[in-house]
Amino acid sequence: MHVTMTVNGDEVERDIEPRVLLVHFLRENLGLTGTHWGCDTSNCGTCVVQIDGEPVKSCTVLAAMADGHAVRTVEGLEVAGTVDPIQQGFMEEHGLQCGFCTPGMMLTARALLDENPHPSEGEIREAISGQICRCTGYATIVRSIQWAADHPAETADSTLEDEDVKA
Amino acid sequence: MTIVDDPQTRPGGDYEHGRDHEHNPSADAPERPIGFGRLQRKEDPRFVRGQGNYTDDVVLPGMLHGAILRSPVAHARIVSIDTSEALARPGVRAVLTGKDLEPLKLAWIPTLSYDVQAVLATDKVRFQGQEVAFVIADDRYAARDALELIRVDYDILPPVIDVRHALDAGAPIIRDDLEGRTNNHIADWDCGDSVATDAAFAKADVVLKQEIVYPRVHPAPMETCGSVADFNRVSGELTLYVTSQAPHAHRTVIAMVSGIPEHKIRVISPDIGGGFGNKVGIYPGYVLSIVGSIVTGHPVKWMEDRSENLMSTSFARDYIMTGEIAATKDGKLLGIRASVLADHGAFNGVAQPTKFPAGFFNLFPGSYTWEAVYGKVTSVYTNKAPGGVAYACSFRVTEAVYLVERMIDRLAIELNMDPAELRLKNFIKPEQFPYDNKAGFEYDSGQYEKTMRHAMDLIGYDELRKEQAEKRSRGELMGIGISFFTEGVGAGPRKHMDILGLGMADGAELRIHPTGKAVVRISVQSQGQAHETTFAQIVAEEIGIPPEDIEVVHGDTDQTPFGLGTYGSRSTPVSGAAVAMVTRKVRDKARLIAAAMLETRPEDLEWEKGRWFVKGDPSAGKTIQEIALAAHGTMELPEGVDGNLDAEVTYDPPNLTYPYGAYFCVTDIDRGTGKVTVRRFLAVDDCGTRINPMVIEGQVHGGLTDGVGMALMELIEFDSDGNNLGGSFMDYLIPTAMEVPDWETGFTVTPSPHHPIGAKGIGESATVGSPPAIVNSVIDALRPLGVTAMDMPCTPARVWDAMQGHATPPI
Repeated sequence: MHVTMTVNGDEVERDIEPRVLLVHFLRENLGLTGTHWGCDTSNCGTCVVQIDGEPVKSCTVLAAMADGHAVRTVEGLEVAGTVDPIQQGFMEEHGLQCGFCTPGMMLTARALLDENPHPSEGEIREAISGQICRCTGYATIVRSIQWAADHPAETADSTLEDEDVKA
Repeated sequence: MTIVDDPQTRPGGDYEHGRDHEHNPSADAPERPIGFGRLQRKEDPRFVRGQGNYTDDVVLPGMLHGAILRSPVAHARIVSIDTSEALARPGVRAVLTGKDLEPLKLAWIPTLSYDVQAVLATDKVRFQGQEVAFVIADDRYAARDALELIRVDYDILPPVIDVRHALDAGAPIIRDDLEGRTNNHIADWDCGDSVATDAAFAKADVVLKQEIVYPRVHPAPMETCGSVADFNRVSGELTLYVTSQAPHAHRTVIAMVSGIPEHKIRVISPDIGGGFGNKVGIYPGYVLSIVGSIVTGHPVKWMEDRSENLMSTSFARDYIMTGEIAATKDGKLLGIRASVLADHGAFNGVAQPTKFPAGFFNLFPGSYTWEAVYGKVTSVYTNKAPGGVAYACSFRVTEAVYLVERMIDRLAIELNMDPAELRLKNFIKPEQFPYDNKAGFEYDSGQYEKTMRHAMDLIGYDELRKEQAEKRSRGELMGIGISFFTEGVGAGPRKHMDILGLGMADGAELRIHPTGKAVVRISVQSQGQAHETTFAQIVAEEIGIPPEDIEVVHGDTDQTPFGLGTYGSRSTPVSGAAVAMVTRKVRDKARLIAAAMLETRPEDLEWEKGRWFVKGDPSAGKTIQEIALAAHGTMELPEGVDGNLDAEVTYDPPNLTYPYGAYFCVTDIDRGTGKVTVRRFLAVDDCGTRINPMVIEGQVHGGLTDGVGMALMELIEFDSDGNNLGGSFMDYLIPTAMEVPDWETGFTVTPSPHHPIGAKGIGESATVGSPPAIVNSVIDALRPLGVTAMDMPCTPARVWDAMQGHATPPI
């Protein structure tokens, strides 16, 4: 089948098997390997991407279901050579070790901060509770997200959101 | 206490103890330390951009995909396998069975414990999830589709699942492939002095016996295991991208197994999405991807799915332990016995040094002085997945520490004594180091009482006990649990320690380029431990080149010197020492060149970080960058220096290092549901010299979370038919951000006297130390209900049973 979607601001079109999962479409058809796969059961969240700004587990979404929507992956967080505050926060506060869960964590966190710019610790923990990190013990991920909340980007975010909406 | 001799590496006096991350460390941190200190990771910029390169990200031209058909049953004879339908399916290139591997002598491969393991089953299947056939197809989906079309006829056999009955007369013989095998026994091992221990017990006022089960759990890194094999039929060269914690050891083993000469094999372990011991073993899937590439002439990728990971790759623990403790009535420890029944699964694939069939269980006497100790371990086969000694455990230290720390608390209950006081009364004292633990290991250094009291201050121990008393008077269940652990890490001295005959030393090479930038090549492999940062910091500390000017190369056997890899917290103790030593070798060479440049004698020069200068005339000196340029330039070099500024070493550690810590856990238990909440957890660690406090804190946090998982949630359970009941993340529960508290950490610094920079290793401390603190806390909370023991995992249902007086072992 034929799918058309916007990925990180670029329109992409592909012919695919109807059963192809979005995570495999992103990784294997588009070569965007920053989105990872970690379980078969929607428990681990290493595959989280945003569809129209909402975090979703891309192992549980058919690529066909993303047809006509805007997908944002970790590769789309950095804009014009400037990292998103959430990326900076993870570096500042040691929010990652092996890096495997990190893209999914950052996309969930970005969506949280877009909706709630000043979340409490409890709100942050709840937001990432559908995702597993085996390395960090979560406290530094919480601090990373708090860092990003304390250091919002001036304009980059709003610009990107506008682009997403247009797409 | 002994401290390292070199003032360059000695920690400052104000660095001896403290609390990590008091408020905002980034605000206080010095700008980019040249050496030890908090430093952002060099790895992070690629990971936060999604530019990590993990094994499944590797795509080669013409690459095919493999998938493994696995046994649905635990024990069965294979009557027939029909692959014809699968082979006929479009997109399928080949289907391999054990029979195809036999002529290649690849149906069986050696395990890390001198047993053999089936790559693809030929005669029988021996655990649920065992590898039976391998499909190679054009893409991932096609390979999986074809698995459904393979017909296997099994003749079901009774399985051995309950380890307590594995040695019964009449038990089914699992390993009838081994000649003359008449039972399921693997090995017996003991340590200590049984006669002296009997004597110590004979004079005790109090003797207690307790069964303590450390059930089977799984490391479950977020990235599963996999490989991409690329065999070049013309050159005979194999390139293997693989999720490997030990690329050099894997290359050697693959050469032995495959017959491909070692110099024709390149093992690349790219970014690794967590290891925790799961990526130490050689799995059938790796071998199958190699065979697949040889057979098809294409690169072949194999990545397991999560269920395959949980059901077939290295598990951890599975020790049924019986502890016995003897003491005087005023709490003086006299003797301890440990007797263990160890479930090694269907093949003895335990990863441990050859002469240590029970790993370093020798550490079961813990951090205390005893008159005598005695431990014994019997290992057996069962119809379960093979592996063992994984999950951040320092070769069975986890089990050993769990045993002794549970027994100490059990004794404290019996004596009606405070468990902190009981520990303080019996600690090994600083002046007793180096200390023979009476079970064969010599601890290097420790200030146990100081660390314990620091932890008690940080957590507010006395206040907590008061709060607990108030809550108990109201009927609330609050527990305070303590664990004080001593680990033995950094395996190890090559005359004592090897894996498959490979001595456990590690190499390092350092090259300073003409412009003063450096490349250090190491034999260990990071799975998230930040080697690219911390090893650069070791070089920086030793030679004064900023860490950003130092590249750390690892994970590629063509690019790095030989060494045994990263597991058992051995990277900093062994490879970190190698890096310090190679840097000092370069520094010595630089001294000769500097002397020639300054027209003086080397012995007249003095080192300060980054430069050699003339004693008494600090203005006359040469920086390491100036020396590097001169070493590559046209000046006449002094005798003994043949140009360039580089060196290589192999470091053979003289002993293990012995990090330790004091852990405190505060839990609340819901009386209505049995749900345990970890309200506070404090870890005070002493890992010797601290290279990067931020990274240390991260390592500790991760291990504590592992501990919460094992203590409260994680369990690989089997039904009586041998069905794995923990085979997905729906069933094998791992802590999320909701189950863990905001960790509290602190530290003391007692350098290792025999390590070049005094560092001891930190990677596994928290995984070792936290489970007993949590379980002791749960038992402490349940004390008003008469509970004195309970086994992990402390799930609501199991805690509820314990509250009703029906605590049962998980296996």
